[in-house]
Amino acid sequence: MPSEPIKYIDRTRAFYAAQDFRPYNYAHHDSTPFHRLRKPLAECRVAIVLTAVTNGDIPKNLRGAESHAIADVPEKFRTDELSWDKVTTHTDDRQSFFPLEVLQSLESERMIGSLAPRYHFVPTEYSQRNTRENDAPALVDACIEDEVDIALLIPL
Amino acid sequence: MEEAGIATVVIGSAWDIVTHCGVPRYLHNDLPLGNPLGKPYDSASQRGSVIAALEMVVDAEEPVATQSDLKWQQDGDESWKENYMRITEADLANLKKAGEDNRAQRLAAKKAGMTRGQT
Repeated sequence: MPSEPIKYIDRTRAFYAAQDFRPYNYAHHDSTPFHRLRKPLAECRVAIVLTAVTNGDIPKNLRGAESHAIADVPEKFRTDELSWDKVTTHTDDRQSFFPLEVLQSLESERMIGSLAPRYHFVPTEYSQRNTRENDAPALVDACIEDEVDIALLIPL
Repeated sequence: MEEAGIATVVIGSAWDIVTHCGVPRYLHNDLPLGNPLGKPYDSASQRGSVIAALEMVVDAEEPVATQSDLKWQQDGDESWKENYMRITEADLANLKKAGEDNRAQRLAAKKAGMTRGQT
């Protein structure tokens, strides 16, 4: 490790304990499914999955996974309700979490086959069950429909 | 995703949470939460992150987590790491009140059916 990452699990535990919340049990899996890429990167279709909000009209508590046309990418995503370091940085530069221009460039350079026609929002969910049973299956279905080979998962 | 034949790679800035979860591939950039691909307007770093992540997908034969050499401050100053969720004595009363407000709001949302219904 070149530098020591922040211990977010400990820090959030202390922060929420100060608000009299029970400690959150972060998701944990002893093993993970693993798919080896079976074709050259230059033939792969790549999709972006992110946690920044496109549709701010839907109340946070009701929001589920969404798929949106790349052509409809907002100039600014809504990030205010997400947990990030609002003291140190900002999210005004979309490309710091949504690599649209980079992937377009890699497509034109033929490093990747193509950018998928849709990008995908997955909410930052307290309920791991909602993520597992609702959001993940919706994301898988959308990616299969779009013939995606690689998904870049980019949580804020 | 992986079981459906889609290779995934997480690019993020929370090493402990992502490695605790366990994911197929994780590229960690040791930056403040909010800019997982690189500092704002640092397009070279942002591009580098995407390429590094794609290379992980090409190369990895088993689950892997790795940290890039990106730094928030080039001089190595890591004082920014103190900011996130810092608690001072002066905050304690406000945090307690925030917790009470949050619980009241969540209860009201639940009563109004304004939740997805699972915890």
